[in-house]
Amino acid sequence: MPHNKQPEPPSAGPQPQPQAPADAPPEPKPPVQVLYCEVCTFPPEYCEFGSSLTRCKEWLQEEHPDLFDKYYSDEALQAKVGTLSLEAQTKLEKDSMKKEAKAEAKADAAMKKKMSSHVTIKRIERNKRKYITAIHGLEAFDIDLKKAAKQFATKFATGSSVTKNAQGLDEIVVQGDVSDEVLEMIEGGVGVLKGVPEKNISVVEEKKKKGGE
Amino acid sequence: MFKKFLPSTDVSGQTPLKSSVQRSIRAAVLSQWKIEPETLESIWPKKESLVHVKCKEHISIYTIHGEPLFFQHFDEPLYPTLRLLHKYPYILPMVKVDRGAIRFLLAGAHMMCPGFTSAGGYLPPANAALPAGTPVAIHAEGKEHAVGIGITKLGTEEMRKVNKGVGVEIATHLGDDLWALQKL
Ligand SMILES: [Zn+2]
Repeated sequence: MPHNKQPEPPSAGPQPQPQAPADAPPEPKPPVQVLYCEVCTFPPEYCEFGSSLTRCKEWLQEEHPDLFDKYYSDEALQAKVGTLSLEAQTKLEKDSMKKEAKAEAKADAAMKKKMSSHVTIKRIERNKRKYITAIHGLEAFDIDLKKAAKQFATKFATGSSVTKNAQGLDEIVVQGDVSDEVLEMIEGGVGVLKGVPEKNISVVEEKKKKGGE
Repeated sequence: MFKKFLPSTDVSGQTPLKSSVQRSIRAAVLSQWKIEPETLESIWPKKESLVHVKCKEHISIYTIHGEPLFFQHFDEPLYPTLRLLHKYPYILPMVKVDRGAIRFLLAGAHMMCPGFTSAGGYLPPANAALPAGTPVAIHAEGKEHAVGIGITKLGTEEMRKVNKGVGVEIATHLGDDLWALQKL
């Protein structure tokens, strides 16, 4: 019984309206709390127009079974068609399935690409006993290079920056030989360095070619 | 406006606004929308500074603590973001498109008159007609929440009469790049 528990004045007339005193400042109207789908970000009533309806429905059924019934029961599905013609509704459903298949294929391709990407940690001898460590390929795993460079700089208390290499690709250059530690950090998923499978990381060495010792 | 919008390339700078400018924006919002001053105050407290995010093609987004609240093209009317409209759905007058138009709207198309005049659509009655150039909340047949925000290109009575061509231009809609942008 969701009823107001507050005691009402005994002599209140019919339909007592709690009125604020005339001199009180007006209260702001409270916002409507709108639920958004955690899969596609739309209000759930619009999931049917997105490209992830199957997953949206799974989420809604799990988290908000009452709403799931509201939107996807047989009656709801019939009522929803509204003024749309049958052909138009069929086309809409077909489109929705196509869209979903396309989005899945795209996500698949992106995942494959990611899994075939490589991170190289290169130890480069710059001078005698002076090294720099260049890390390349982190961006393929959605790692923010600037943030990663900052993290290395803090961790090793040394210079670390994002630069373009000879091929015009972004890489992180850290002063000093920190290749083993960097490998450990990436493998351990420390800080922003998350999501790179171990087998996708390799450590290489670039020796300075020198004429005479 | 936000079919393709990338903060990294399409934002040219962010500046806190001078209080005189903020005052005039507050006055504009109060005169252009149906919103009570105290409700606006709860969304945008006077002591909080509005930040102007300058974007490509003379688009301005206004944020508080990084959250986009309003936007504007040149010095045209101010629009709430769709998320803000969802919280306060009554601040803009409402029009409604039929179910068939929803997917076109979500693809970024401007809305044709028949989408509003057909059985599933809705335009305000003649005694509450809207002139051309009015920001409107665009609702959709059978749905509770607005699907987009736009501006009328024709008066609503004219839409009924002409019943062809673009009736409402879309400024933002569910799933566009402004929708995706929850923090700036
Ligand atoms: Zn969804």
